[in-house]
This record gives sequence, structure tokens and C-alpha cells, in this order.
Amino acid sequence: MVKIAIDSERCEGHGRCYSLAPKLVEPDDLGNGRVIGDGTVPADQEDNARQAEGNCPERAVLLEET
Amino acid sequence: MADRPPVRDWATDFDHTDPTWVADPYPIWDELRQACPVAHSDRYGGAWLPTRHADVAAIAYDTDDFTSRSVVVTEYRPPNLAPRGIAPPITSDPPFHQGARRMLLPLMSPQVIAKWEPSTREYCQSLVHELAGREVVDAATEYAQHIPVRVIARMLGFPEDDADRFRGFVHHVLEDVTLPLELRLPGMQELFEYLRDQVKDHIDNPRDDLTTALLNADMGGEVADLSHVGGTIALLLLAGIDTTWSAIGASIWHLASHPEDRDRLVKEPDLLPTAVEEFLRAYAPVTMARLVKHDMDWHGCPMKEDDWILLSFPAANRDPEFFVDPDEVIIDRTDNRHAAFGLGIHRCAGSHLARMELRVALEVFLDAFPVFHLDDPAAVKWSAGQVRGPRTLPVHIG
Repeated sequence: MVKIAIDSERCEGHGRCYSLAPKLVEPDDLGNGRVIGDGTVPADQEDNARQAEGNCPERAVLLEET
Repeated sequence: MADRPPVRDWATDFDHTDPTWVADPYPIWDELRQACPVAHSDRYGGAWLPTRHADVAAIAYDTDDFTSRSVVVTEYRPPNLAPRGIAPPITSDPPFHQGARRMLLPLMSPQVIAKWEPSTREYCQSLVHELAGREVVDAATEYAQHIPVRVIARMLGFPEDDADRFRGFVHHVLEDVTLPLELRLPGMQELFEYLRDQVKDHIDNPRDDLTTALLNADMGGEVADLSHVGGTIALLLLAGIDTTWSAIGASIWHLASHPEDRDRLVKEPDLLPTAVEEFLRAYAPVTMARLVKHDMDWHGCPMKEDDWILLSFPAANRDPEFFVDPDEVIIDRTDNRHAAFGLGIHRCAGSHLARMELRVALEVFLDAFPVFHLDDPAAVKWSAGQVRGPRTLPVHIG
């Protein structure tokens, strides 16, 4: 199972995560990424989660495999 | 622009306004990255140029040793208007920066920007409608240039007929950088008088636009003072025009010279958002600047207080240590942590707007002209200074 999280210390609001994984992350009022729900990534969203991670300029998207 | 001696040696005498750099900076950065990798120049009163992604990132993240007090390299040092700087938040340092940025970001969030997409598309469609039927058009001056000017004028609630004046302000602030202070001041004065009149009109006649919203925005529990709001409006007006125009133009230039990519985007329009990110990486238009805060040895570089740092996000985006095949434009590149909008606390506040404008501008252009190519590659002219993009771009559309 994969979980997605946003490191709010690193996030600067580039918005790549919620563009690439809109079912997993949404923008807050500043445009920073905010995880929807508890961050559990459904199997059909794993590609989106990996793209969100691989496109964050600040390396603020964290994926945890359990 | 004043006559300047040609660059003798890029590692010890670089100049980002030199015609060789303006024509094609990428080989210069490649050479420096391998050999140097932080170049120095005595020009502009002392300046440094990091070329590796790691060094650009380290400086962008280091607000203790580097100040954003001025972000445009010029022949003189700007007055110290700390903590705010002339155009907050881009010219502000922590801790003041945070409040100035929080005041602006909700007004430029993706949710807000999405509301401007239909009118942006309509405007782009009206531009291509005007061009249709012609054989050759200048995609820089007859298309790309108009889009960000019109959109930001509407957002700010400024007269749309003033577009030519805005472009004059932008050219003066961002491109006439080699002029001495006394030749730059009158243009700055004109810009500030223009903004003062617009702000006054919005105070007298509040309306539903970005200027009124900024006048009422929350800056640490109260509204910001008028010179702060004026500086932020100057930033919004100036920073989004040349930059977005450049990104749209460079992308059209790429597609006009790479028919396989153009055809693929016509056939697979869903790929456009991914391609847009690759164009932003490969042709990142914006280089920022910092000033060194105090004398120090930075990774072996003897930096002096008030030396410039030319913070080249475009060079970082071409670093082979950070990107696979950085000089290849791969429009379906999957991992793309590019730094076109900067890194750290000064991430471009207009990035969501710029991305929307770039995507819509390309979508409409490709839809109207599925086949186009450069009319004369040698006729393409690129801008000099810290914003790079085509300023003359003759494209065969007929």
C-alpha cells in the first residue's frame, strides 16, 4: 500500500501535485498542496501519486510504501 | 542599449547581455558547469553566476547570506528599502516576506486563476481569428505578446487600451538594464505616477478586481500601506508580462521547428499540460538575482557584500546531474522537477496564471494552425537581459 503526504515545511505552492493527482491532493487557499483524506492511495491512483512525487521541484511530496 | 566590450572569458568576465549569450546561452552554461562551475564577472560592479542545479537551489534557499532586495542586475546598487523592497514580496526578505506573500497568494491561487480561463481562451481565439488567412505572422508581436498584457490589465482593473504603455514600462525595467541610473529614473517615475493614478481611482471607486482586493487585503491583521500595495501592483504588472510572453513565444518557436512534436500535440491534445512543463524546463524564461549580504567564502568563491548573484533557473534546468538528457526537449517527460518558477520562498506568485495562459495560448494556436513552421530561422530575435524569449518570430501559417 502507498500513502501520500505533503511536507508543509518544504511545500511552496508550485501546484504540481494537485495538477497530477487531483484525487489525492487539493490546493489550500494559498495554493499549497493539502492531502485529501488520510493519504491512502487507491491502486488506480498509484501512477498519479508517483508523478506528483516526481514533479515536485521542492521534493515536498512524500510517498510511503507499506 | 549602451555599447559594451565583448566578453573575453565566460568564467571570469560573463555578461548576460552579450550578443553571444543572447543568441544561444546553453553552450556557455554547459561549458561553465563542467569547468567552473560558478563564474565571476567584474561587470555590474561584481557578479557571480552559478550554473549547477545544486548551487542555484542552495542560494535560492539561503536567505541568511543572500538578499532579494533587488532581483534585476544593473550597473548600480538599488536603494536599501529593507525589509519590504521596492516590489513586495519579490524584493522582500524574511521575516517581512511571509506576511507580504500571504497577502498576495490567495488572490493568485489556482482556484482564482481558473475563473480567468474562459475569457483568456476567448481573447486568444480573437487574436488567431485576426491572423487567419495570412501567410506569415509574427507569433511574438502579433500573438504571444498581447495575451499576458490583456489578462493582467483585466485582472487589475486597468484600462485595456494602456497595453502599449505597460509594455514600455516592462521593457524599461527589465531590458534596459545596462543604462546608468540617471537614464533609468525617468521611466521608473512614469511607471510610479501611472500606478499612483490607478490606485487613487480604485480608492475612490472600489470595484471587484485585484487592485481593490489588494487595497483591502490582510497584511498581518491590518491593510498594507499604500506604497506596499503600489509595489505589489507594480510587480504584478511587470513580472507577468515579458515572462509569459517569452514562455508562449519560446514554445511556439519550438513547435515551429519540431514538426513531430507539433503533430503529436495536435493528435494528442491531452499531452499539452505535460508538454507545457517541458517547454518551461527547457526554455525557462526567467533568471532572478540576489545580492550577497556580507563578505564570505561560498564554496571556494570569495564573495563580497553587494556582489550580484545571477540566479539562473534556466541553467539549473539544463544540468545533466539533475535531469536526464537535459538538452533534449521530451514533451512527454514524466519526471520533471524543473525550477522555471524558482525554488523556495520566492516561488513565482503568478505561476498558476502563467501556466494557464501558456496552456491556453498553445491550445488555441495549435487548434487554429495545426501546421506551421519558421518562416526564416535566422530572422528570430531573442531578448537580452534576465527574461529570455523571442521578440521577433516570423511563422509561416498559410
